[in-house]
Parts: sequence; structure tokens; C-alpha cells
Amino acid sequence: MSYERGIISTADRQRGLVRYGLPAIQVLIFIAVAIAGVGPLLWLLKSGVSTSQDILSGPMQLWPSGIQLKNIPDAWNRVQIGAYLGNTAFIAIGSMISTLFVCTTGAFVLSILRPKWGPVVTGAVLATLFLPGVISLVPLYMTVLDMPLLHVSLQNTFWAVWLPSAASAFNVLIIKRYFDSIPRELIEAARIDGASNLRLFTALILPLSKPIIGVVALLTVIGSWKEYLWPLLVLPDPRLQPISVALPRVQKTTEISLQMSALFLAVLIPVVLFLVFQKQFLRGVGMAGGIKE
Amino acid sequence: MSLLRSPQSRRGIATWYRSGGLSSIFFALPLVLIFLYFSWGPIVRGLVLSFQKNNLVAPPEWVGMSNFSYVLTDPQLPQAALNTLYFALLALIFGFPVPLFLAVFISELRRTGWLYNVISYLPAVVPPVAAILLWTFFYDPSGAGVFNSILGWFGIGPFAWLNSQSLAMPAIVLEATWAGAGATSIIYLAALTGVRTELYEAAELDGAGIWSRVWHVTLPQIRGIILIMMLLQLIGTFQVFTEPFLFTGGGPNNATMTVLLLIYRYAFINGDFGAATALSVLLAGVLCALSVVYHFVTRRWSTT
Repeated sequence: MSYERGIISTADRQRGLVRYGLPAIQVLIFIAVAIAGVGPLLWLLKSGVSTSQDILSGPMQLWPSGIQLKNIPDAWNRVQIGAYLGNTAFIAIGSMISTLFVCTTGAFVLSILRPKWGPVVTGAVLATLFLPGVISLVPLYMTVLDMPLLHVSLQNTFWAVWLPSAASAFNVLIIKRYFDSIPRELIEAARIDGASNLRLFTALILPLSKPIIGVVALLTVIGSWKEYLWPLLVLPDPRLQPISVALPRVQKTTEISLQMSALFLAVLIPVVLFLVFQKQFLRGVGMAGGIKE
Repeated sequence: MSLLRSPQSRRGIATWYRSGGLSSIFFALPLVLIFLYFSWGPIVRGLVLSFQKNNLVAPPEWVGMSNFSYVLTDPQLPQAALNTLYFALLALIFGFPVPLFLAVFISELRRTGWLYNVISYLPAVVPPVAAILLWTFFYDPSGAGVFNSILGWFGIGPFAWLNSQSLAMPAIVLEATWAGAGATSIIYLAALTGVRTELYEAAELDGAGIWSRVWHVTLPQIRGIILIMMLLQLIGTFQVFTEPFLFTGGGPNNATMTVLLLIYRYAFINGDFGAATALSVLLAGVLCALSVVYHFVTRRWSTT
């Protein structure tokens, strides 16, 4: 591929300075990246199973004086991390489903069916991409408190998080762009075979778009896992709160060792998800750059 | 609609129906409804609200520009605006070169590049709240705090970090950079795969060294994405909330009070939704103006 050569050529690699300097720089950068990327997580792992006294008096001790594995079940039950993680997962999966439903059907209309009014909708969706999110924070909150026309309040229901997350211009546009790349001949062929729009959508477009759907699903789940301000505003009931909202609140009343194991549990799932799906994930983020260009 | 009655247009409707016009409406319905309720609606409503007095209890009342004059004369605004600018500036200084350097470096590695990628992206998947709580502990001002004990090995410190008026903001930016650098560098990397490598050959034949190849060949080719990322970073940092909110709550002595914290305070502590939206509209206006100016200034550089 294009990796035949990079900035540094084979001729460069023969020169002494580059030959010995480059590996040295590589090692240095690797150490720096590893300390920054993995260091805090390893520290958290160590502290999650240490006693409070160890964490406070010798945070940089390599090996804790005693391993206290019961921190993890304690945090899970006594601090109710299990319940909060359950809420977080429920919110993330719900957001993913609503996002996928809204964005794939919408992109299907805008990219495949192409009605006359399609460009207007595309333009209106695109425009929201350029407006800073801050402008709608407060009115969105008021909308959720009292839905216009329906006059119901979504506050303290998961819908308050699931539905607004689906209004993502970015996801609509990357899915639309993917649908645009599906050859028109395939669609025409399906139409000649008498496929209805619904069948075209479920039997042809969706199966062909598995990669992009996977990427959007992953990005939505991780994004929703990281959310803080919005769930804090619309889910004041502690029993419904996701872990991000609950952590700062419970932190004040728990001892430091349990805090650390709670943090560890909060970090574990997204990190594992990322490590398992890293390839799709990094590709998805790279694609995000493409659309911004 | 007199057109509807003519036979010609009735045929039009029939063909429209048969060609699936109705089903495109059904397919578009979720998107249009969701965007009306949660995106387009709130944007318009925000503009309207900024001219109203609204505390969710009494019925809304038109007050003209008084929300804007209230917000603009609030003695906390200059401080918050300056802090936000300071945050954006520091984030640019810390957070702009690191991912770029990392991306150029990683793109040079053939076999181990993915490993650097995965490791440097790890902080970006840690939920920000967990990261902030963890870093709050790292920034412990006592001599036994994590950062203070590391610096202590070299005989530096201890520093008060988040409790110090001058260090609080840089400390917050450091964490934000740590959390964001990986994601930005992945985007640069994706852009770097499009760099035309035959130019390196030509540059080398002309006697360009490694650094001048990076400077004159690599960077100009990804200039477009660099400029966009810079703008996006600016827009993002102007709207920073979670970090100052959880790290310091705006303190010490308002040293980390940002515009978004002020908006939060207006709306959700004082219950003054009119003032909060007025400030949001002002901030959004500044950001839009910034994007427009940026677009025109950088267009000249990027179209070469």
C-alpha cells in the first residue's frame, strides 16, 4: 500500500544518527504514551484493591501493603455501583437503538428515496451541525420538562436521554454518505424485482450497511456512557441516574478505597469495549474527521 | 391550492403515491419529528426565550433586550469570558501540537503504529467524570498527592494545584488535553494516509532533511484538516463545562469560572431561564462569527 515509504527513507535509515536515534526516540515516545495512556488506569486498578490508608499515605507505592479484593463487591453492593452501571447500560443501549432507528430511516429517505423535499431536510440537518450546542441546552431542557403539543414531561424517564440523543446530525450524515456509496444499479435491480420501499430498506440497504451501523452503534454507546450534564439535568431521581452522574454524588459519603473501586468499575466497561472493538472504533473516529473536512 | 383540483395534478398525486411518495414521508417522519422536538425546535425556542422573562413558574413575559443588558452588565461576565479565553488559549498551546506530533510520528511506524494508537486513545474512552474524579485525587495538594510525590522525587513542589488561583486553570487544561489528544491524533492519522508519498521522494532528491520534509511536505498536505480541527477545538473549549464544574466548581475565587458555568448558574441555580438563554445566544453568536472569520482568513491559506 502507500506504506511503501514514509517521510523517512531507507537511505535515511542507513545514516548513523537516524539508525540509532530513531529507535531511541521510539522508545522514549512509547514510554511517554504508555505512562499517559495506561498509567492512570493501572494506578486505578491498584488503588481499587488497596486499603484507604495505602491510597492516602503512599499513592505512588508500587505494591500496596495488602490487597483488599473485597473493595470490588463492596462498591458493587454498598455504593450500588451495580445498579448505576445497569442504568448506564440501559441508557446507552436505548440511545443506540433510537439513534440507529432515526438516523437509518432518515438517511434512507435522503439518500435512496430522494423525494423533492429531501434537499431541504438535508440542509436543515446539516445546518444544526454548524450551530454550537450551547444554544439549545436550556430550551432543550424546557422542552423535555413540557413537550410542546403533547404536554407531557419526560423528566425522570429514560426517554429524556434516549430521544434527544437521536437528533444527531453527524450520525445522519455519515450514514447518508455511506448509503450514497451503494451502487444505484443494485437499488434499481431490487425495484425491478418489485421490492417495496420497506423491503428495499430492510433486505438490501441495512444488510449492506452493517459496517457503518456498527461504527455508529459503538460511537453512540461510548458517547452516551461519557455523558454527564444532560442526564444530570433530566434525571434528578437517584434511582435512575447513570454512573457518571452518581459518582460525584456518592463520592462525598464513601471512603476512599471504595471510591477508587467504584471509579475502576466505571472505567472498566468502556475500556474493555474499546479494546475488543478497537479496529472498528478507530476507523469510526477517523471517519469522523473525514466528514468534518 | 387550486392546483389540486385540476385533473393533471390529480394524476400527479396518483403517480406520486404509486412511486412511493407516501412511504418516503413515513420513513422521514422519525427524523423530522425528533429533529423538530430536540434540535430545530430548541434552537428557535432559544432565540425566542432570550427575549422573555421565564422562570418556569409564572407565564413567560416579553421583556425585549433586558435579558441581554442584564447578562452583559453582570460583573461576573468579564471574568468568565476571560477565563474561557484563557482556557481556550491554554488548550490550544497544550492540546494542539501534541496530537499532531503523535500522528506524524505514528504514521511513520509500520508495524507497531496501531499499538501507539490504541494506547493513546485509551484516555478518550474513560468517562470524563471518572477521569476528573481520578485526576482530582492526583492533584491532591498535600505532599503525599500523586503528582506532588512524583515531582517531590525531583525536589520540586509541592504545589496546591486546584486550590491555587494561578495553577487551577492549567491543571484543568492538562487533564482535558490528556483526555482529548488521542481522539484528535486519530483524526490526523486518517488524514495522513492521504498524503502523497511520491513527494517525499522528490523532496529527498532535492536534499530536504527529515524535518524539512515534515514541515514542507507532510503538514501542508493535511493543512485543511489541521485548520478544521483547530476551529473545532476552539468551539469545543469555548463551551467547556464538565471539567471546571467538577474540578473546582468555578473556584478558587472564580479563577475557573467559565461562560458555560455562568449559564448553568443562571438557569439551574437562579432559575432565570431568560438570562441563561440570552447568554447562550451571545456565546453561540460569538462562535458563529468566529467560524465565519476563521473560514475567510484560512481559505486563502488552504486553497493552494
